[in-house]
Amino acid sequence: MMQSTSSDAFLVNAYMSGNEAALSELVTRHKQRIYSFIYSKVFDRDVAEDIFQDTFIKVIKTLKRGAYNEEGKFLPWVMRIAHNLVIDHFRKNNRMPKFENNDDFNIFSVLSDNSLNIERQIIKGQVENDVRRLIDELPEDQKEVLIMRIYKDMSFKEISLQTGVSINTALGRMRYALINLRKVIDKHNIILTN
Amino acid sequence: MQKFYSETSRVDDVNKNLVPKEETIKFLLDYSMALSVIDYHKMKFEALLN
Repeated sequence: MMQSTSSDAFLVNAYMSGNEAALSELVTRHKQRIYSFIYSKVFDRDVAEDIFQDTFIKVIKTLKRGAYNEEGKFLPWVMRIAHNLVIDHFRKNNRMPKFENNDDFNIFSVLSDNSLNIERQIIKGQVENDVRRLIDELPEDQKEVLIMRIYKDMSFKEISLQTGVSINTALGRMRYALINLRKVIDKHNIILTN
Repeated sequence: MQKFYSETSRVDDVNKNLVPKEETIKFLLDYSMALSVIDYHKMKFEALLN
């Protein structure tokens, strides 16, 4: 390991000539200042971590390519890279605004995913099957009206025309169909919820 | 309203001794080890050798 008294310029030159340990010394020496600077702008540990990493990737690339002119300003140069990457980060975020949650309000408490997951799809399928089996148990005239109304989405006028009974009779059959369904559900304690 | 006044200033956090994670540093040192720049007829190629 390098002596920690070596100047930045010496370490930079050593690294550019292939001494990997010199980079370790440079990072250790300046990590706190650079990281704190980035954090003071972004206020997010993970984002700061990413920007810190990107900063040093640029530093490493530039030094390895021999594209850096050592003028005794290593830290200001690294800070400038970090500063530019912070600006890039905010530019990117302006195009895609980010909502920050805090203790008082969490966006996920008002947003929910309404699409059914696999478990819910299965439950929904089971509930629909149970309902169909219950409907099958109804008297034929009530079943006919209920299927036309609920599954075929027909109006009572259309139902009355098709079955040849009055609208009132169709309404009455629908009513009894629902009453009978509820009775069976209550009697057998069937739970039909998703 | 109370919350507006009692909110802890974010500047306080910055004064703490903040350093990046060890794994970030390790990643950078490993990256540096693996990266080599190849010179070829005034062109430079980067190669990551693991």
